[in-house]
Amino acid sequence: MNREEDEQSSLAWFGKGMRGIFSLPAFILMLSFVGFCSLTAQAGIPVQQVVFMTGIVWALPAKVILVGSMMSGANLAAAFLAVSLSSVRLMPMVAALVPELRTSRTPTWLLLFLSHFIAITAWVFAMEKVPKVPRGRRAAFFAGFGITLVATNMLLVAVVYHFVADFPPIVAGCLFFLTPVYFLASIWHSARHPVVYVALLFGLAGGPLFYWLFPEFDILIAGLVGGTLAWLVERLWRQRKEVGA
Amino acid sequence: MTWQDGWWPYAFIAIAGWLATDIWRWLGVVAGNKLRDDSEALNWVRAVATALVAAVIAKLVLYPTGVLEQSPLWLRTGSVALGAVAFFLFGRKPAIGIATAIAGLASGLWLLGF
Repeated sequence: MNREEDEQSSLAWFGKGMRGIFSLPAFILMLSFVGFCSLTAQAGIPVQQVVFMTGIVWALPAKVILVGSMMSGANLAAAFLAVSLSSVRLMPMVAALVPELRTSRTPTWLLLFLSHFIAITAWVFAMEKVPKVPRGRRAAFFAGFGITLVATNMLLVAVVYHFVADFPPIVAGCLFFLTPVYFLASIWHSARHPVVYVALLFGLAGGPLFYWLFPEFDILIAGLVGGTLAWLVERLWRQRKEVGA
Repeated sequence: MTWQDGWWPYAFIAIAGWLATDIWRWLGVVAGNKLRDDSEALNWVRAVATALVAAVIAKLVLYPTGVLEQSPLWLRTGSVALGAVAFFLFGRKPAIGIATAIAGLASGLWLLGF
C-alpha cells in the first residue's frame, strides 16, 4: 500500500466503496432482487411493505422466509423464530469481518451500525476487497458500498415491482440459479485462507446431509459441524507441514 | 383489519424481520470485537461462516423453489459442474464460471421444453 493512497480521505474511500455498485456481485444481487419482486408481487404483498423490508431486513434469505410466513398467516412468534433461525449464520459472518474492518480506535456504535448492511453479497464482496484498503479507511469503504447497495435495491424494488408481469420460465429459472453459482465462484475466488476451501467443500456436503438428518436446523448444524471439521482438518494439515518442513 | 392494512404489517416486518436478523449481526459485532485478526479462534469462525454459506448454496441447487423445482436434479448439478470446469480451466475468473453454468442451465431448460 503506497503512501499516497493511505493519505486519501475517508470521503474518497467512501466514494470508492460506492462505486462497488458497478461490480459483478452488485449486479447479480440486483437481478436476485428482480426475482424477489416477482415473488412478492405474486404473493400480493404491497410494494411499500416490500421496499420497507428490503431496507430494514436486508438479508435476502431472511426476507424470503418472512414473506413465506406472512403468506401462510403465521403468528408473530413463529415468524420471528423462523427468521431468527435462518439468520444465526449472520453472527459468524459478521464476527469474521469485524476484525478486518476495525482499527483499535473504531467505535463500537459504528460497527453496530455498519453490521446492518452485512448479508451474503456484501460479506463476500467485503472479504475480497477490504484487505486491499488501508486499515484506517476500511470502515468508510464498507459504509460507502453497503449503504449504496441497500439504497439502490430499495429503489430498484420500488420501480421494478410494477413491471414484473410473469417472467418466461427460463428467465425466472436462471435468475434463481445466479445466486448460488455466484456465491460459489466468488467465495473460491476470494479465499485468502486455506481453511476457506476446506470449509466450502464440507459445507456443500453437509448442507444436504443435515437437511436429510435434521431438516429444521440443517444450515446451522451443517455450518457448525462442517466448519469445525474443516478447521480441524486444515489445522492438522498445517501442523504436519510445519513438522515436515 | 387484515394484515395487509395499516401499521400492523410494518410492526410485523420490524419485529419478525428486522429484530430477528439484526440481533445476530449485533452479537457478531460483539464476538468479532474480541477476536484478533490472526488468531486461531478467528480461523474457526471463518470456517463455520463459510460452511454455513456453502450449506445455503447446496440447498439452493438441490432443493430450489419456483420454476426450477420442476427441473431435473442432473441438469442443476451438471450445470454447476460445467461451470466449475470452465472456472478452473480459464484462470479462475468468477464471471466465466457463472456464465458457463447459467448457459448450461438455460440450454438444458430450453431443450426440455420449459
